[in-house]
Amino acid sequence: MIHPTSQAKRLLATLLVFAAIVLAGCGFSTEDSGGGSNEPDTEGITLYSGRIPAAIGPAVDMYEAAADRDVQVRFAETADLAATLVEEGDASPADVFFAQEPGAIAAVAEAGLLTKLPQDILDLVPARYRDPEGRWVGVTGRARVIAYNRDVVKESELPPSPFGLTDPQWKDRVGWSPASSSMQEYVTALRAKYGDDRTKQWLEEMVDNGAVSFPDNVTIRDAIAKGEIDVGLINHYYVAQAISEEGPDYPVAVYFPPGGLGSLMLLTSVGVLESSDRKPEAFTFVRSLLSPKSQAFFTSSSKEYPLAKGVEPDPALSVPIAEIPVSDSSLVDLKELQGTIELMKEAGAL
Amino acid sequence: MTAARRAPFWLLGAGLLIAAAAVLPATYLVVVIAGDLSAALETAFSSRAFETLLRTAALTAAVVAASIAIAVPIGWLTVRTDLPGRRLWAVLCTLPLVIPSYVGAYLLVAALGPNGMLQEALGVDRLPSIYGFTGAWLVLTLFTFPLLLIPLRATLRRIDPQLEDAARAMGRSPLEVFRTVVLPQLRPVIAAGSLLVALFVISDFGAVSILRFHSFTSEIYVAYQSSFDRVAAAALGAVLVVAMLGLLLVSSRVRGSKTVHRLGPGTLRPTQPYRLGRWRWPAIGFCSLIVLVAFVLPVGVLIYWASKGISTGSTSWNTIAALGGNSLLIAAWAAAIGAIAALVVASLAVRYPSSAARLVERLSHAGYALPGILVALGLVFFATRAVPALYQTITLLVFAMTIHYLPLAIGPIASSLVQLSPRIEEAARGMGRGPAEVFRTITIPLARGGVMAGAALVFLHAMKELTVTLILSPIGFKTLATDIWTQTTFGFYEASAIPALVLLAVAAVPVYLLSEQGAAAP
Repeated sequence: MIHPTSQAKRLLATLLVFAAIVLAGCGFSTEDSGGGSNEPDTEGITLYSGRIPAAIGPAVDMYEAAADRDVQVRFAETADLAATLVEEGDASPADVFFAQEPGAIAAVAEAGLLTKLPQDILDLVPARYRDPEGRWVGVTGRARVIAYNRDVVKESELPPSPFGLTDPQWKDRVGWSPASSSMQEYVTALRAKYGDDRTKQWLEEMVDNGAVSFPDNVTIRDAIAKGEIDVGLINHYYVAQAISEEGPDYPVAVYFPPGGLGSLMLLTSVGVLESSDRKPEAFTFVRSLLSPKSQAFFTSSSKEYPLAKGVEPDPALSVPIAEIPVSDSSLVDLKELQGTIELMKEAGAL
Repeated sequence: MTAARRAPFWLLGAGLLIAAAAVLPATYLVVVIAGDLSAALETAFSSRAFETLLRTAALTAAVVAASIAIAVPIGWLTVRTDLPGRRLWAVLCTLPLVIPSYVGAYLLVAALGPNGMLQEALGVDRLPSIYGFTGAWLVLTLFTFPLLLIPLRATLRRIDPQLEDAARAMGRSPLEVFRTVVLPQLRPVIAAGSLLVALFVISDFGAVSILRFHSFTSEIYVAYQSSFDRVAAAALGAVLVVAMLGLLLVSSRVRGSKTVHRLGPGTLRPTQPYRLGRWRWPAIGFCSLIVLVAFVLPVGVLIYWASKGISTGSTSWNTIAALGGNSLLIAAWAAAIGAIAALVVASLAVRYPSSAARLVERLSHAGYALPGILVALGLVFFATRAVPALYQTITLLVFAMTIHYLPLAIGPIASSLVQLSPRIEEAARGMGRGPAEVFRTITIPLARGGVMAGAALVFLHAMKELTVTLILSPIGFKTLATDIWTQTTFGFYEASAIPALVLLAVAAVPVYLLSEQGAAAP
């Protein structure tokens, strides 16, 4: 038998050897937003971003270069970051919150954690794309659309509004994502326009018609591409992303239904934390996101609608922004959102 | 000496500290629930919550049953027989644990789903649907059965062959020997391993969401991701903690209190492996099937994607090396600290059973039953208030991982301690050694197989952990898992193939080393 003490030591040695190698060899490495090698030396604001590096990196880099400040970015799911901000309260290290979904920033605003933005920032975007109380401002817009597999479905066959997807010809062919916040936002807008009864009826008819539930927009898009389903309710830019990745032969196309609340504009938005002690810097960063240069990056790279006044959408966006309805900002309200979730549960959609 | 000994003060003190740390996320739930008790009660006792809980319980039972059916034969074949290449089979059968469940689920859909690879290969119009219960059951079984296999193998190595030899000498067939002699000795470890599988299933979100099975964690995510209702999320989280306590109770009943340690003194005699003879072919067939579905198939899809060269351009080799280093750093520290903490808890529970020891053991499981987001938010809550200097540091991240995955190490270590006769420790005490010295020189070395298995389990889980890392890491700190997440957010699963393969490769090294270490145990 080997001497027990040496065995105990060997055990601990094995457990710690990897940590030791790593610590001695390279330490732990961190990397910034854009991954650029020429990050400014002066530490700047801290950004909590619900948007992934590819979606915002170059816009952050532009600001860093102009302001000569190094932005610290924490990337995570928007909802997770919103929940984190609420728990952190006044102790939050974050100065700016960039949300991918509208409900999340409303939750943070409602918790009293966002400061009122200066009027000059609010004036950069039309009133319908910002919080009526001025606590957050929209940066880009994504439209709710019907995506379809153009090998199977002709655009002319598609109904004028999602209400038409309850027709028997679409039985078992439609994908949606009741658990995603973008779908819930759409349902909230339907309730505001058509009332709870009509909305619930539509939800029930969708469920009866065999609408297939997916966890998010991406999985719907991929299921359409694979021919698992033929059409789906998703945000337009996920398809644009895939086309730029896969090439023009990508089988999924988007259709902006012209009727009723066919499409709906959902905002990505940004707010500055009340607890921030770098507010002026944070405001400069927000102005930078709304500058023509950053806005041009957003619309050309991910085919989102730019929301700053006077910036033209990417030529690929054939439907003018003015034709896409936006939900009344006062509707981005948590009580409404909870009402929507109740309604969706009652209808068996969630 | 009688069984009911008093625990040394330092051991009990350490145990209580560990339990207090592990129970922090659950304490956070209580704080939130207390803020709006009536709303919380309404959510927790709604018929919807009850139905979802039943559905989740059914899935859990099915996954546990299937995991036992896979892990027991493979464990026995790779430890106690002359199966060709048994070490290799053992390592290959452990690696599925490294594949994050959402990646595994996506791979399964790509391979077996509608218009997937299998359907194309067969040229048929439609395959049976893999969505819902079936798919969730399949994926969770394939990617969690190693949770049972690792401690099972550690235990099998330490079973005293004398009993088996005696039974064989009395003319019992190998199958009878297995049923009447080996299986009863495996009961504690099967109970402990099944508990780990069960707790994994109830806390998993990745696989069930992709495979469209509405489980209890889906309900929690709806509560806080959709309506930002932290009270409802906390109330549902508390239900999971209660369910966990119930599972612990069942597990300890099954584990039983029978004496399973060797009575004789001295070291284990090397075991004569069973000769499989012509049975080796079905045995190889069984192992191949499992390795094929749980390892070769997913890795094959990953390699295929990686070879397509699709990349969003963010994965240079330097970056990958840095990410791998970060993943290793976190996982190694969590494994080391987790194993030591688990040894304390398991020693208390096995050697000094008392109500205090039982309490410590149960509370130490609290962090594992919860989805990562609730563990993370609990620590956000306490760290920003109590220790702001540690908030979003490596220290806090390792601490979070350790309490999240602690039970993974407690089970295997407890199982190995149960097999170790307390008389050896008592003898050492009798010779005048102090309790701490006995612990260090006798208990730790002899329980080594279990400690290794426990550390390996924590390591593998920490390697792929995502949500806690995203929220609690130092800003800008990235791991292989967060890189996979970045790629998959936009659905570019192909681009995540390279970091996923590196994750597998990096994890394979310690898995191999640990299985070698364990094999060399006395």
